[in-house]
Amino acid sequence: MAYSDKVIDHYEHPRNVGRMDDKADNVGTGMVGAPACGDVMRLQIQVNAEGVIEDAKFKTYGCGSAIASSSLLTEWVKGKTIDEAEQIKNTAIAEELALPPVKIHCSVLAEDAIKAAVRNIREKRGESVEAAGTQESAAG
Amino acid sequence: MTMKLPIYLDYSATCPVDPRVAAKMAEQLTMEGNFGNPASRSHLYGWKAEEAVENARQQVAELINADPREIVWTSGATESDNLAIKGAAHFYQGRGKHIITSKIEHKAVLDTCRQLEREGFEVTYLNPREDGIVTPQQVEEALREDTILVSLMHVNNEIGVINDIAAIGELCRSRKVIFHVDAAQSAGKLPIDLQEMKVDLMSFSAHKVYGPKGIGALYVRRKPRVRLEAQMHGGGHERGMRSGTLPTHQIVGMGEAFRIAKEEMVQEGERLVSLRNRFWDQIKDMEEVHINGSAEQRVPGNLNVSFAFVEGESLIMSLRDLAISSGSACTSASLEPSYVLRALGVNDELAHSSLRFSFGRFTSEQDVDTAATAVRKAVEKLRELSPLWDMYKDGVDLNKIEWAAH
Repeated sequence: MAYSDKVIDHYEHPRNVGRMDDKADNVGTGMVGAPACGDVMRLQIQVNAEGVIEDAKFKTYGCGSAIASSSLLTEWVKGKTIDEAEQIKNTAIAEELALPPVKIHCSVLAEDAIKAAVRNIREKRGESVEAAGTQESAAG
Repeated sequence: MTMKLPIYLDYSATCPVDPRVAAKMAEQLTMEGNFGNPASRSHLYGWKAEEAVENARQQVAELINADPREIVWTSGATESDNLAIKGAAHFYQGRGKHIITSKIEHKAVLDTCRQLEREGFEVTYLNPREDGIVTPQQVEEALREDTILVSLMHVNNEIGVINDIAAIGELCRSRKVIFHVDAAQSAGKLPIDLQEMKVDLMSFSAHKVYGPKGIGALYVRRKPRVRLEAQMHGGGHERGMRSGTLPTHQIVGMGEAFRIAKEEMVQEGERLVSLRNRFWDQIKDMEEVHINGSAEQRVPGNLNVSFAFVEGESLIMSLRDLAISSGSACTSASLEPSYVLRALGVNDELAHSSLRFSFGRFTSEQDVDTAATAVRKAVEKLRELSPLWDMYKDGVDLNKIEWAAH
């Protein structure tokens, strides 16, 4: 499969790889996907009192496109408010990385990951969370 | 010799043509060469081409200790499988309509069986043992009064595991059931003696044995005689079993490839086992690295390995200097893990994390060392990126987590 230059760049030099304390009050964690399906993403955001994402970290088990999608996402969400971050669409990720149709699900997973992370931080902050989510956070 | 990149470690997919084979093939093409139609009976060009074809038939027969009259040229193992299975099923359907095969056969066998199911045949798909082997006992238990055909591979293309076709052949013969074996991955790698083995039909491919693509053969036993219904109709070539003008250059290439294989098989096998061991010795101390399929009952050049907590496709992506294939079919559009590994009971996560390394005639020790170093580095890098690796290190049992399927 031919990958775009952007996918290869993120794959070879992934941004913001790492792990935060998922028990911390200011950290939201989104873990989506399943090993059986070949991809699992863990996205974590550190959010300040104003609701601005100060830092983001990820780890991803999956193909190059999945790794690139999550790496790109961490770059995009930093500095955004959680309201803004929640609005990020998979189509924007897919477009930026020029993902082929067979890899669109990687960008969907990335969208799910940020939504799950935001939901998690909202819960910690005691904000009301919409019941209907695309996916539940699988683990902390 | 300087190393050519990427290093080719996908000999189970196909082999480069041996230069000795290519030289022979080149002699069969031009006006100055042996270009005639082997079926032309009225002039020297035809006679010479026929002689070359019959010489190659002899060379193929010699590798497997068969009579040259038992060799039918085809376009490759896929066509041989189709001809054997459909041909026998259609010819013997008066006796019964039950066929036995296994879940880890090549798609050329599985899809042919599916087609026969649509035509009203009944097919039993045996599940191999955890080590990838289909045992004679399993076949015996599946045999029925109306079983007409058993089709099993000698060596599996993904995991390289060897079936005991001699024992299964004895069983089939005693029950008067036709036994077809796909030997695409074993010919030239393991001894095959069809005077001894009770195999009725056997499929071969040239390009897995350093011959050209586009040519193969089907062995059709004469004593006791096995009958087939032709699938390709036309000029009545190959005793009516497979019509179509014989491609002299391809056939001569296959003959030469099989001749070389017969001569060099033992030495080459020993060399490939030592290369495979050399590779494995350099990666086996890594945590959570597993060989898929029997480690002992395995063809010399194959190693199928799961690297837990890293995904196969991304692993291949970081191994750009190696030409290897994913045990899973992730590189295709299906995104499904390998049906072979699933049939062995390998869990999906590990099936997604597997790679097939296949070594061959032109693989050097230096190639193997470079590959092993690259694999270690890539696996370590991807594990650093993997949340599953974190969880494993934290002692979390991944099987106990309820993952949301997507």
